Amino acid sequence: MPEARRSTIDAGEVERFSALAAEWWNPNGKFRPLHKFNPVRLAYIRDQVAARFGRDAHAAKPFEGLRILDIGCGGGLLCEPMSRLGAEVVGADASETNIEVAKLHAAEAGVTVDYRATTAEALAEAGEKFDVVLNMEVVEHVADIDLFIAKCSEMVKPDGIMFVATINRTLKALGLAIVGAEYLLRWLPRGTHQYGKLVRPEELEGSLGKAGMRIINRTGVVYSPLADRWQKSKDMDVNYMVLTEHAPTN
Amino acid sequence: MAGNAGTHRKEPTLDVLIAGAGYVGLAAAVSMKQARPNLAIAVVDAAPEGVWQRDTRASAIAAAACRMLGRLGCWDEILPQAQPITDMIVTDSRTADPVRPVYLTFDGEVAPGEPFAHMVANKVLNGALRRRAGELGIDIIEGVAVSSFEAGVAGIAIHLADGTSLGARLLVAADGVNSRLRDMAGIKTVKWEYGQSGIVCTIAHERPHNGRAEEHFLPAGPFAILPLTGNRSSIVWTERTADAERLVASDELVFESELEQRFGLKLGELRVEGKPRAWPLGLTLARAFVAPRFALAGDAAHGIHPIAGQGLNLGFKDSAALAETIVEADRLGQDIGALDVLQRYERWRRFDTVQMGVTTDVLNRLFSNDFGPLRAARDIGLGLVDRMPRMKSFFIRQASGLTGDTPRLLRGESI
Repeated sequence: MPEARRSTIDAGEVERFSALAAEWWNPNGKFRPLHKFNPVRLAYIRDQVAARFGRDAHAAKPFEGLRILDIGCGGGLLCEPMSRLGAEVVGADASETNIEVAKLHAAEAGVTVDYRATTAEALAEAGEKFDVVLNMEVVEHVADIDLFIAKCSEMVKPDGIMFVATINRTLKALGLAIVGAEYLLRWLPRGTHQYGKLVRPEELEGSLGKAGMRIINRTGVVYSPLADRWQKSKDMDVNYMVLTEHAPTN
Repeated sequence: MAGNAGTHRKEPTLDVLIAGAGYVGLAAAVSMKQARPNLAIAVVDAAPEGVWQRDTRASAIAAAACRMLGRLGCWDEILPQAQPITDMIVTDSRTADPVRPVYLTFDGEVAPGEPFAHMVANKVLNGALRRRAGELGIDIIEGVAVSSFEAGVAGIAIHLADGTSLGARLLVAADGVNSRLRDMAGIKTVKWEYGQSGIVCTIAHERPHNGRAEEHFLPAGPFAILPLTGNRSSIVWTERTADAERLVASDELVFESELEQRFGLKLGELRVEGKPRAWPLGLTLARAFVAPRFALAGDAAHGIHPIAGQGLNLGFKDSAALAETIVEADRLGQDIGALDVLQRYERWRRFDTVQMGVTTDVLNRLFSNDFGPLRAARDIGLGLVDRMPRMKSFFIRQASGLTGDTPRLLRGESI
């Protein structure tokens, strides 16, 4: 067991986090849907960031010199790839447990990520700024979307971008993302998503508008059962992702 | 990527270690390194240095594999020493039949000017891949076996027979049909034994073969003649194992006269070059192609009956698909040895492999016998295929390796 600079944590705790880390990073375990979902969102982020900042998406480290915030980072499933692509990554999660799990895994994998148990509000207050803010599968869980989006937007540098990925509030989403994924296929624990908290694109656009952001690209994401993989689609009825930037002020 | 800070690790750290310096392992290494020069890749092989140069066999390289070798910067070196197969005939007959009716003929081109296969000496193929590997800075460690390995959270520790240890993110086993690494990883296989062996030899003949390949379905099994450069051909001759062993052990004259009965005298006098060898035939399929930080490729994953000449081409498909999967994962910043990444490769290759394994198995059972009604049925079948141009082009495309969910390299594109 690695013991990299974790003097404030006792061994029993480390063991517990280690078990949780194994769970987070087991592609066939509880977080299987996130692992399955990862390639399509990573590709979207990589290609859009490369286009925005004039990088070669196929370079060894296309994100070198970019500062990226992953808000609601969980066990670090997005942070580690971002770091490998060369970015300076801050991973933030309100859950102390998630942050300990993520730190432990990054140390084992030899990946550098600045993990912090904190909130978007606290980071924004501290004046943190980023080239890219990743806001993936979070807005459907927050209490006040307007406030959350406003705080995240504050941290986007003037030429920066913010990604938002979430689930639409449609009958199809109720059927697929809640009844299907949680009750029938058991991909996710029951209660992961509450129908009333899902977010329609126009509602998200409203919150973004109030925060001075505008959508510059949008895509749906659908699951293809035959290929057993997620892919981009025009269909935004269930899962969707948008890319945003600061709206010009006249 | 460096290992854990503050731990005792001191062994050199690679991204990918490939066990097996045959064409599958080398092609995988070159494919990955060419697309991702940032990956640290090495190849390790248990065979002593230089043994590959003594391989006298030749392989049929289908059009798709030629395109891939072109992409990898190897084909220009191979081409002058390759024999294109420009047409192919298939017959179904008894050994002693004086005239073998031809049921199927093919003009062997997938596209104008592109033969569906070339015959290439194994050492030429291996040599070209080795040269390219060297150019790209891939280390080839020879004469050293892998003695054990343990997969961990972030990497795999590999211990070599010379006492050294290596760390990698991914270990690829391309160590052949009797893969030791597969056994060490605890991956079980499904096996069919045919009780048949393939006799392989090279012959010289008086008259030119004009690039024609022949496959004769004889009662004991298929007998294939594949054109080599000059007035030489490669023979792949299937017999019941006991007969095959007796034949290769027999006197040169006995062997040549048995061969002549099957080959005929159309190309004049025959002479066997080197010592014929017999290989037991079977179908071996690994129950899984991947494990954490571990992947099988080529014959280690699937040894098939050589009836359709697809072993090498399936192997190249593995190399291309594995490289494409790893390169794409690395371009996304993913951990290239993670199980979810490797499962994409497994999913991609398994269906195709099982399908090919079953097809060749059925073909072999169908053709390796002398049962009258079955002979009649398959002859009618072959005759019908010969009269249907679309069916024929389907078979040509199958034989060329250009079907299914083809990896980019095999379509002649870069990853």
